Amino acid sequence: MNWNLFPQFFVTGLLTGGVYALIALGLVIIYKSTRIFNFAQGHILMIGGFVAWWFMVNAGWPLWSAVLVAIVVAILLGLLIERLALRPLIGQPILSTILMTLALSQFLQGVAILVFGAQRQAFPELFPLKPLVLGPFGDIRIILKLPLVWSFVIAMVGVAAFALFFRFTKAGLAMRATAEDHQLAQSVGLKVRRIFGVTWSIAAVVATAGGILLGSISGIDPNLALVAFKAFPAVLFGGLESIPGAIVGGLTVGVVESLVAGLPKEAALREMGLAEITPFVVMLLVLLFKPDGLFGLKRIERI
Amino acid sequence: MAAIRPSGDFDITYERDVAVLRQPWHWGVAIAFVIFLFTLPLFASGYLLGILNMIGITLIAVQGLSILTGYTGQISLGQAAFMAVGAYASTVLVTRWGVPFWLALPCAGLVAGVVGLVFGLPSLRIKGFYLAMATLAAQFIIPWFFRNVAKGLFGGTTGLVVPPPRLGSLVFDSGRMMYVVIMAVACLTTIVSKNIARTRLGRAFLSIRDSDLAAEVLGINIFTYKLRAFFISALYAGLAGSLWAHYARAIRPDQFDLTSSVWYLGMVIVGGMGSTLGPIFGTVFIRLLRELVIVISPWIGTLVPALEANVLAALGPMLFGLVIMLFLIFEPRGLAHRWEIFKAAWRLRPFAY
Repeated sequence: MNWNLFPQFFVTGLLTGGVYALIALGLVIIYKSTRIFNFAQGHILMIGGFVAWWFMVNAGWPLWSAVLVAIVVAILLGLLIERLALRPLIGQPILSTILMTLALSQFLQGVAILVFGAQRQAFPELFPLKPLVLGPFGDIRIILKLPLVWSFVIAMVGVAAFALFFRFTKAGLAMRATAEDHQLAQSVGLKVRRIFGVTWSIAAVVATAGGILLGSISGIDPNLALVAFKAFPAVLFGGLESIPGAIVGGLTVGVVESLVAGLPKEAALREMGLAEITPFVVMLLVLLFKPDGLFGLKRIERI
Repeated sequence: MAAIRPSGDFDITYERDVAVLRQPWHWGVAIAFVIFLFTLPLFASGYLLGILNMIGITLIAVQGLSILTGYTGQISLGQAAFMAVGAYASTVLVTRWGVPFWLALPCAGLVAGVVGLVFGLPSLRIKGFYLAMATLAAQFIIPWFFRNVAKGLFGGTTGLVVPPPRLGSLVFDSGRMMYVVIMAVACLTTIVSKNIARTRLGRAFLSIRDSDLAAEVLGINIFTYKLRAFFISALYAGLAGSLWAHYARAIRPDQFDLTSSVWYLGMVIVGGMGSTLGPIFGTVFIRLLRELVIVISPWIGTLVPALEANVLAALGPMLFGLVIMLFLIFEPRGLAHRWEIFKAAWRLRPFAY
């Protein structure tokens, strides 16, 4: 173990975990109010990133307007998905909704390849690339990549904003009520369908933010969608219904992944690419020992 | 099962009531179909046989998945990964230990079945969506294992070259020869599936799908039955993987990706859950759809030149996703249900009801 590298990898992992937390947030928002786990979240993220990229690079628009367009597209996409794909499945077994979002992910993948191409595209530089160096503390120096720092900050601000939104606004309260019980919410006059639509739009916007941030770090291609699979363990770890859980889970998965990638001294162990599957091993462990996650609701179900 | 029966054709003995093929002419049709299936390579073109081979291999994996997802109601996103286990197990057995293919094939099935059991273990505590997550983890961990662990044995990212099966002086090195093997295994697994569905095992699976609580009350040990479903499903995947390895003659970890697993689930849905006929309908339908994409893509490319470069890669997932979505909304019970409706209508003809 390279313990003197620990601070560096810990901080890098924490920053990467910020993006996972953002994706996890989108998943939790949808799950909380609609009880649907969105396997297509990564693909919405990828499409959002691509839309922003297209308007910045191909249409030559300034950053803020491209981001604005991407957000509008995300809202429309969220509404469309809810109305056309998932509303007809209300009342269907869980298998149907899982397959629907999986099919949706395939469909969006195809659309993205058709419209934007399968090649990796470089994003224009959103953040200066010069790294930030902390320290030295003793003989330890921590190098921070600025895009990562910014994406972490934006992710955290987003997460905090949504936590406050759910806590203190009327719309947030309505959404929490819907999450509690669809029929009950309907019977006290909440427009459950509209809330579902709003939920999907919000989640799509969150995903788009993630897509733009990730795109600015590593470029964008249709396979960017796969990053969302690393957020699944984060969501399960934190608990499916919990926004703080999404943050904790996202950061944990980021840190664990980064430490596993960087700490082993033996080159052979590092070359095995253990980091690639660490999130999924974490997921299996969570499923085996604490399926409700850290902050999830405990549904008592005795068989 | 599949046989259509005219009005007024009743089962007059108990044996006939439980039989799959109830009338002499059902037997005639079935035997004629089998003869047709196995004499096809004598006159069919190589292109057609290639498609049929892929349909056969996929059908085996999808029949397995149908037992797990269609009958038992447990969602698995890892069928392609279990295929990988079968493919690698069979290849290593044949190339390293000189085991003949005919022995390596069932062994590959067993190895995949045991791996399936391991990933089925979480079903003790979790179900539905959570179980889907556990199998998703399998789908990521297993190909990673073949890519990064024991590169000398599994060949890393480049994978392995697989020798063709041999029987005496016969070498099964062409699609035409492999067709016979693949179809034989596909027929066998389909018959086994059908019979699982007709026995206590299948009824227990169905009861677990419909209500696990009620099943438990009826005295079905849910955990062991779920594990059996996982084992059978992964065993089928292992057989399919082994056949695929010896048919394609080269395997790489990235051939067994999540997308394939999702496609297999889609085939189960399109075909119809909880029937043996469903996977056949679903596999044939989706595979033919894929062939259609390959045929019409260049044509679309010439119509809209701007899309030419991407249309082939894009159209497959787009159409597939769209078909699954439409089926989920408009015909969640799949093509097999349509077939049932047709059979019922035929049975009532010429009376309206």
